[in-house]
Amino acid sequence: MTELKLPSIDYAAISPILIMLGTALLGVLVEALVPRRWRHVVQLTLALLAVLAALTMVVLSADERIITAGQALAIDGPTLFLQGAILVLAAMALLLIGDRSVERGGAFVAQAAVTAESADDRRQAEGRNGLTEVYPLTTFAIGGMLIFVAANDLLTMFIALEVFSLPLYLLCALARRRRLLSQEAAMKYFLLGAYASAFFLFGVALIYGFTSGIPGRSAGVDFATIHAAVGESPASPVLLFAGMALLAIGLLFKAAAAPFHVWTPDVYQGAPTPVTGFMAACTKVAAFGALLRVFQVAFADANWDFTPVLGAVAVLTMLVGAVLAVTQTDIKRLLAYSSIANAGYLLVGVLAPSRDGLAGTMFYLVAYGFSVLAAFAVVTLVRDDDGEATHLSRWAGLGRRSPFFAALFTFILLAFAGIPLTSGFTSKFAIFGPALEGGQAWLVIAGVLTSMILAFPYLRVVVMMWLSEPGESTPTVTVPGGLTSAALMIGVLATLVLGVAPAPLLDLAAGAAEFVR
Amino acid sequence: MSNFPFLSVLTVAPLVGALVVAFLPRHRPELAKQVAFAWSLLVLVLSVVMWVSFNAGGDRFQFRESYSWIPNWGVSFTFAADGIALVMLMLIAVLVPLVILASWHDAESSKRSVPVYFALLLVLECTMIGVFAAADVFLFYVFFEVMLVPMYFLIGSYGGHQRQYAAVKFFLYSLVGGLFMLAAVIGLWVVGGKTFDWQALSQVDISTGTERWLFLGFFLAFAIKAPFFPFHTWLPDAGGAAPAGAAALLVGVLDKVGTFGILRYCLPLFPEASKWFAPWALALGVIGIVYAALLAVGQNDLKRLVSYTSIAHFGFIGVGIFAFTTQAGTGAVLYMLNHGLATGLLFLVVGMLISRRGSALISDFGGAGKLVPVLAGVLFFAGLASLALPGTAPFISEFLVLIGTFTVNKPVAVIATLGIILAAAYVLWMVQRTTQGTLNPALTEVDGMRRDLNLREKVVVAPLIALIVLLGFFPKPVTDVINPAVQATMDDIGRTDPAPSVGGTVQEAAK
Repeated sequence: MTELKLPSIDYAAISPILIMLGTALLGVLVEALVPRRWRHVVQLTLALLAVLAALTMVVLSADERIITAGQALAIDGPTLFLQGAILVLAAMALLLIGDRSVERGGAFVAQAAVTAESADDRRQAEGRNGLTEVYPLTTFAIGGMLIFVAANDLLTMFIALEVFSLPLYLLCALARRRRLLSQEAAMKYFLLGAYASAFFLFGVALIYGFTSGIPGRSAGVDFATIHAAVGESPASPVLLFAGMALLAIGLLFKAAAAPFHVWTPDVYQGAPTPVTGFMAACTKVAAFGALLRVFQVAFADANWDFTPVLGAVAVLTMLVGAVLAVTQTDIKRLLAYSSIANAGYLLVGVLAPSRDGLAGTMFYLVAYGFSVLAAFAVVTLVRDDDGEATHLSRWAGLGRRSPFFAALFTFILLAFAGIPLTSGFTSKFAIFGPALEGGQAWLVIAGVLTSMILAFPYLRVVVMMWLSEPGESTPTVTVPGGLTSAALMIGVLATLVLGVAPAPLLDLAAGAAEFVR
Repeated sequence: MSNFPFLSVLTVAPLVGALVVAFLPRHRPELAKQVAFAWSLLVLVLSVVMWVSFNAGGDRFQFRESYSWIPNWGVSFTFAADGIALVMLMLIAVLVPLVILASWHDAESSKRSVPVYFALLLVLECTMIGVFAAADVFLFYVFFEVMLVPMYFLIGSYGGHQRQYAAVKFFLYSLVGGLFMLAAVIGLWVVGGKTFDWQALSQVDISTGTERWLFLGFFLAFAIKAPFFPFHTWLPDAGGAAPAGAAALLVGVLDKVGTFGILRYCLPLFPEASKWFAPWALALGVIGIVYAALLAVGQNDLKRLVSYTSIAHFGFIGVGIFAFTTQAGTGAVLYMLNHGLATGLLFLVVGMLISRRGSALISDFGGAGKLVPVLAGVLFFAGLASLALPGTAPFISEFLVLIGTFTVNKPVAVIATLGIILAAAYVLWMVQRTTQGTLNPALTEVDGMRRDLNLREKVVVAPLIALIVLLGFFPKPVTDVINPAVQATMDDIGRTDPAPSVGGTVQEAAK
């Protein structure tokens, strides 16, 4: 019996993960021990402080380039960049989640188990404070995402996937109003997510089988082993292709790429809007972080095999997102389809196999995250007595009633449409440039064509807000409290700054754009 | 003085003015108008100083400035103006104050914020100046796209009937063209070695196939913007729905970005492809001349009619550009200026007529000259300038285009000449139906029709009339500036003018 050797762990390098997961556990204790009326403040402060602390650790270890915890975690440029992105965006999302001034008691249900549409339900919707379990749930999710982008083997990646997915399923179900819609969303997300996880796990098994079939090498699912095995160019790549396909399905599901996107509109619509924003920003970063690592590290040498397939997925995703966005009448569903189309653009970046491509994709993730969070922040503000007014017809003439917020939202929509001087334009450039350089002209053409289609729905909202007369039912915009204002302003300012002066972040991304193997 | 950063100051100044105007209190519209007008005059003065310090016989590009912007992509704020750009900048500087003055009361009828209207006009001026002053392809693209936003709100918020439809159509058409151009811009960046500097890019050798695709990307954007047949359908809607002042800027300046872009970007950057596509472009130009003129004859809406005449004129400009002779090219650039003056005037006068009558339909007029003789006279003059009557500025440019084309391509020149006859038809018939003939009794019941041009309106039309007449008799100051730039562009594509076949007469005519 050989002695069990413990892997060496660089605790400083993985401290952001430890901080988030530790705080999540602490949050559970707070639920148990702190009096109810203090919980909201304590939990929110705790979560924000943890995000700040984790962010500080990320910044401090900015030059770290190691693989630690026995090949399980890679702390390198992309990891740190994406972890930083997740943390900054999560802080904004936490501000939205923690706001209790827009909706009395917050956007979350007071008691999740209360029967929807019952008298109890109506009472809780009137203004009992929302439950505070959302904070530990969110911190767990953030922690999971931090692991997800750092995972250096498929099993760690799978566990991280579950750690951040399970809290998200729950969070989706916790909307204060329209409880049935919210619960339906959570159910859908959970069931489809479970399928996707199963696909992913099956893919892991096949890849393990594939690596064990290479003579003279030990089997394993860490990326170095897979990379070496792919490089051996085995006689029968069936296991490799099947495994890659299954893994891709699991990851593309989280990234909301077609044809694995069907959950997105329903979930985005049903989930509490702050959670939708959190998913649209942070989950995207995490999912694409993992996609980048899997396809550019583990399967880099198979790119001749996966590029056409992923390219087709990208084109399909852009098309589906853009075309279906045109027909939407609900602002949250519209943003959901727009987020699907954006997943398509990001896939173009994933398929640009160069440092610039990687940097561009990471830049895009950050820029899009800021804009989409700001967009959902505005959505939380447009409301009437029944909560948010998400139907587009209700937004008619909003520019007259609340010119300031309508102007902010218009700016964000112009960014989504890719008008210059917004981050939407610079990020598209950051992705299309390297893609064209990498010989993927067809993807760029598809991206440009779908951008045209996608401009129409955005423009329709702008027309609604500014050029239509306000109707009887046009809601006013609630003047937001400090938290939502802060999140909204950060998002809008970032959209502007990254559009006008993207150089610093581009430099940062370019400096970080190299995986350790 | 030539070291003064004219171009960047000219670009930024209107933007600052726009911010000032936008934040003026909403209940003091008069103040906003005055500030906006004063600001645009300031820009005009600065432009005149720039015009004077431009050395016509000097370098092709002058007033060059360059500041780093996004070093990662080789993007910089590079401004430089050649003779063509300089002429367009002057046109903007002249038109904007007049448009502001002409739109003095336009925004009040719309129930929307008056200061914002004038702020949008100034933002538009900023983007228009920027697009002509940019010497960095990325910067050009930025201005090209951002320009849509103020125009969109000008049409959509302050326009007339069907403004929403027109605004969205305008935006989407331009955006579609712009996105094709974006793909081509990125392509150019990749083959050009990751630089956006115009001068560096014009030295790059591009393989034939790539060059043609890139040319198409740029050309499509410019053809939609200009607009050339068959990409023109947005203009009558936008021109018809926009408030008269904005419409004057739309066809007077904004659309010139298309023809300017072809001259500045398509021809020098993709010379081989330009030659390869030239027959097609000439065909589009000729079709545009005849087709749009025929449609103009049939219009019953004044603003739509003027829009269609513009499309016909853009056909002339397109023919002039793609004939690849210095005469035709100079004629085309001169046409860009003269068309801005003449059609700008026509739009403004038509706007004055429409605001008095409260209707844009020709059939609602008739014999208006008996009620408003001065206004009718100005309309007649603007019409004559628009049909290129000898003695008005557009005549020179149209003539130059035709003879320049005739030396290399007779059939095109002959068909294009038909456009002159049709122009006489649509202008004269329009003038006859609105201001001549028996007085439409309904007109006498409209209060507005009893007021002839007031002092403000006279101040608006007088400079334009003066310029049209002046340039009609003495275009030399402008052609001196344009000629070297056009010559350089023709050198870029490697075309020399054919030797004059009849000893010197053609050369004489050009002078």
